[in-house]
Amino acid sequence: MSNFTRTRHTARAQRRDKLATIALYGLGALVMLLIFWLLFTILGKGLPGLRPDFLFKQPEEIDAGGGIGPVLFNSFYILFISLIVSVPLGIGAGIYMAEYAPDNGFTSALRMAVEALSSVPSIVFGMLGLAIFAEYFDIGLTILGGGVSLALLNLPMLARVTEEAVRTVPGELREAGYALGTTQFHVIRKVVLPVAIPAIITGVCLVAGRAFGESAVIILTAGLSTSGEMWDFSLFSPGETLAVHLWYVQSEAIVEDARQIADKSAAVLVIVVLLINLAFRFPLWFGKRRQGLSRK
Amino acid sequence: MGAPVHNLATTIMDSTSKKEISAQRRHKRHRVSNVFFKYYFLFSILALCFVLGLVFIFIGKTALLLFGQISPADFFLSFNWTPEEDAFGAAAFIVNTLSLTALTLLIAVPISVGMAVLNAEIAPKWMTSFIRPILDLLVGIPSIVYGYLGLTVLLPFLRRVSGESLGDGLLAAALVLALMVLPTITRISDDAIVAVPRKYRDAAYALGSTRLQVITRVVLPAASRGVISAVILGMTRAVGETMAVVMVIGNTPQLAKSLFTPTSVLTSNIVMQISNVEYESTWNYALHMMAFLLLLISFVLILIIRILGRKRRDQA
Repeated sequence: MSNFTRTRHTARAQRRDKLATIALYGLGALVMLLIFWLLFTILGKGLPGLRPDFLFKQPEEIDAGGGIGPVLFNSFYILFISLIVSVPLGIGAGIYMAEYAPDNGFTSALRMAVEALSSVPSIVFGMLGLAIFAEYFDIGLTILGGGVSLALLNLPMLARVTEEAVRTVPGELREAGYALGTTQFHVIRKVVLPVAIPAIITGVCLVAGRAFGESAVIILTAGLSTSGEMWDFSLFSPGETLAVHLWYVQSEAIVEDARQIADKSAAVLVIVVLLINLAFRFPLWFGKRRQGLSRK
Repeated sequence: MGAPVHNLATTIMDSTSKKEISAQRRHKRHRVSNVFFKYYFLFSILALCFVLGLVFIFIGKTALLLFGQISPADFFLSFNWTPEEDAFGAAAFIVNTLSLTALTLLIAVPISVGMAVLNAEIAPKWMTSFIRPILDLLVGIPSIVYGYLGLTVLLPFLRRVSGESLGDGLLAAALVLALMVLPTITRISDDAIVAVPRKYRDAAYALGSTRLQVITRVVLPAASRGVISAVILGMTRAVGETMAVVMVIGNTPQLAKSLFTPTSVLTSNIVMQISNVEYESTWNYALHMMAFLLLLISFVLILIIRILGRKRRDQA
């Protein structure tokens, strides 16, 4: 702006504009620093003392030097069960909402239900699991109860990511399929899903990462103890997971190295969650690259 | 989106050659799978609704038993929670939950909206494509780890700064929660700001506005519904968060009179006590009533987001 039009008013506005820009950049830098400092703290405290045998050893109640073997195993086992239960239903529900749902009151009620379910606090799912498995079926705190309750928590998020992924598939692709005389499901299977699958996989691993670190549900439904064996595949053993173990060690354990165990557990927890999040993003990157090439 | 041909007209095939028989079979198979999966997908979404029903029935049924034993006034208006002496006043938890949420938003909203503006309007592209994944990273960190960090890093820091002996309380919990809802609010506000049509900005710039004026007078008002939705979504997370809060709030059932009073909110009180109570007891019913309250609060918040979203679509 030239000096001819520069009044006191505009000069002030420009000064404020510069100040605000600087302030926002400063804010951004601070937040980024905070995040990196956080990650550095978690990993820096836990990683140096981390030995491979810590990952496989039994936890100790009294002596120092216990590991996290069974709880780490339970974490993956419960995650696996919850995904087995929730992925088929969640993806099915998402596909229905994106492909089949007619535009009417019933559909908007369904959508409302999905949103309501995704807003239910995790502790409430824990209480539901407790009421169903510990009270109604009277099987106590088990891996099965934990896995299924966790699956209920995952369901709405899975449905949403699937719906979003399927919706981004262009309509022309479907029309091309219909023009060949195929059925609606055949188009979904052969045309829509192959295009949408990278995004769905990314969504599933976001959900998996969240489920892996979830603790409120597991504390109430799978308990604070393990069966004491390393490879215990029984669905009816108590199933303390790594996230719960972190809580247990911090609040109730009496071993002298509780602090180190908690530090290491936190580091392992964060690394696994990040790995789950990252590893499954690769399909998306590759998918993007392939689509990018074909567009050229 | 078009419609499948077979829905429009069913053709009758009367040829008998082998090739056509196999084609007919395949055709039939496709139609059967088509029908089967249509119902499977419908079943999936209905299963989801069923789960929602289960939540309301199981929690609500047990919760309502409470009012057979004590009066609603005793539960909602009394600040005295001493279950050992049959005093089940939950008012302190309710007030604490509300004030914790308010405090969290007070800290998180300015920072989040600032970050969103930076991302959407100011920062160059390379920086945005760096900040966004980092924020996503923050979402992935388990809440128990936030709680653990709050306990081992934040609390000693607060003790040093404030001179309090414990440091547990609303402020510590609000700081931890603020960090947890920050990425949620930022990313959704970011999307809302990016969605504001370019012509609005162009018009404002053409009138000689500075960037700050464009942001505060045009872009943010235009994106306000989206930003509010983001804030409410952050609220639902803050209200329902359990494990991060329970580790830094002190877990004492009393009203938080200052920022450093060890106290308790609905979620933390439930998780601390529910494993130790009899299922058929007033105590358990009271805890379920608290969970039911949480449910209702999140439900109302989601309803508000929906209404905002509908109005936004109507405007567009």
